[in-house]
Amino acid sequence: MQQVVAGLASGSIYASLALALVLIHRATGVINFAQGQMATLSTYIAWTLTTNHGWSYWPAFAATLIASFLGGAAIHQGVIRPNEKGSVLRVVIVTIGLLIAIDGLITLIWSGEVRAVESPFPGGTMEIAGVAISIQDIGTIGVVLGTVVVLWLLFQYTKLGLAMRAAATNPAEARLVGVRVTWMLSLGWGLAAALGAISGMLAAPSLFLDPNLMAALLIYAFAAAVLGGIDSPVGAVVGGLTLGVGLNLLGTYIDFVGADLRLPAALLVILVVLLVKPSGIFGREEVRRV
Amino acid sequence: MTAPLLVLEGVEARYGPVQALRGVTLDVPEGDVVAVLGANGAGKTTTLRAISSTVRRSGRIEFAGKALRGGPEAVARAGIAHVPEGRGTFTELTVQENLKLGAYTRRDRLAVDIDRMAEWFPWIPERANQSAGTLSGGEQQMLALARALMARPRLLLLDEPSLGLAPMIVREIFRIVRELNEREGLTVLVVEQDARIALDTASSAYVLEVGRVAVSGPSAELRENESVRRSYLGY
Repeated sequence: MQQVVAGLASGSIYASLALALVLIHRATGVINFAQGQMATLSTYIAWTLTTNHGWSYWPAFAATLIASFLGGAAIHQGVIRPNEKGSVLRVVIVTIGLLIAIDGLITLIWSGEVRAVESPFPGGTMEIAGVAISIQDIGTIGVVLGTVVVLWLLFQYTKLGLAMRAAATNPAEARLVGVRVTWMLSLGWGLAAALGAISGMLAAPSLFLDPNLMAALLIYAFAAAVLGGIDSPVGAVVGGLTLGVGLNLLGTYIDFVGADLRLPAALLVILVVLLVKPSGIFGREEVRRV
Repeated sequence: MTAPLLVLEGVEARYGPVQALRGVTLDVPEGDVVAVLGANGAGKTTTLRAISSTVRRSGRIEFAGKALRGGPEAVARAGIAHVPEGRGTFTELTVQENLKLGAYTRRDRLAVDIDRMAEWFPWIPERANQSAGTLSGGEQQMLALARALMARPRLLLLDEPSLGLAPMIVREIFRIVRELNEREGLTVLVVEQDARIALDTASSAYVLEVGRVAVSGPSAELRENESVRRSYLGY
């Protein structure tokens, strides 16, 4: 039971990063390879605010979210949009370039040193129905679930959310009804960057902060997104949680997997899903009428 | 005589090296239904796309006395609703969401308009939460029309509503267009392959040939025109 909750906690971190990948895949049609590094950059911003400028955790958290949102939107307007009309490959290469550029920027400003990040949640555990559960895990799950609910309300019940969905799924028609599609896509990139920032900030206390913070997490997020269906936001969340619990149980109860073989196991998930059901659990297969 | 709602003068458009419009000039008077006829590739669809700015164009386009500028978003905001070729619904969204998006440029309440659409298209309320992609071809065409009407447009651009539909449904769609025009004074510019039904609905028409207006005039006159009859009406 404890392992399940711990799995849900790491799973919710995968889920938020996976959701970021899905948002961008829906908006721009590519996997954003820079998503992990963008999140790392956000985490460094939060770390600097708390460590060097004496901010307390939650204001720094909020400020980082806003900065990441603006940064994500700016990346779309400045770097992605001029290349959007080109081939998919071109945009993919741009995101890889972005990954390298942000990585360089992080090392330049903060050096490659490993830093400890304090957790916003008190240490220790809490008894729920006879099971000891770490407060850190509950906090992590809570923040991610809260974010997912807010996003769901935005997309499902607001005019802005509807316009964003229309712009992502059918840009030509969306323009015809007067939606400013480019702005909506920038908004999508901004939201994705903020989601990545959340996953980075939640992951940092248990992983330590260095420029490679998100490298492995991005693989898990890929696996989660692919498992759930790369175009399905619900799928990203379910995929993330499933993967988190599954890998944790696998690592705990099957001796030879341990902690070291979790990453290969995630890669195996990607491979198997792509071979067996490329659209994932919740993805719809693209049906084209001729 | 008041100025027409929409004026095109010497409008040209091209897709890469292919010139699709070679100087189209036409008028759409307010409150009229005007048809654009012609063979495949004559430039009918491109004429509508030039108006809604979904293709690069040059020449003069005036709407309600002002030059029509900007991208498709700006044209929609100016009060022109375009039902593109091949339906133009948001297939992944529900019927209700499609209607809401149609009214995206408006800021007032939509309940009245959604009720009004239910009067024109009685099947809409019971399908409101179904995704548009699950509708039949005819229903999708009607939904596209309803979506456009939700914007309360001053001008409706209708691109080949008959495409791929059974004759009975085509007649139904044109009946609705005619009634909207008669009862609510909606101005319509309709592109149509089926010249007969288009001439029955429109008060005047333009026949395009390789990107230019070849013949134009009141529908009754065009119906008697020897070459129009032979080429497009087939008798």
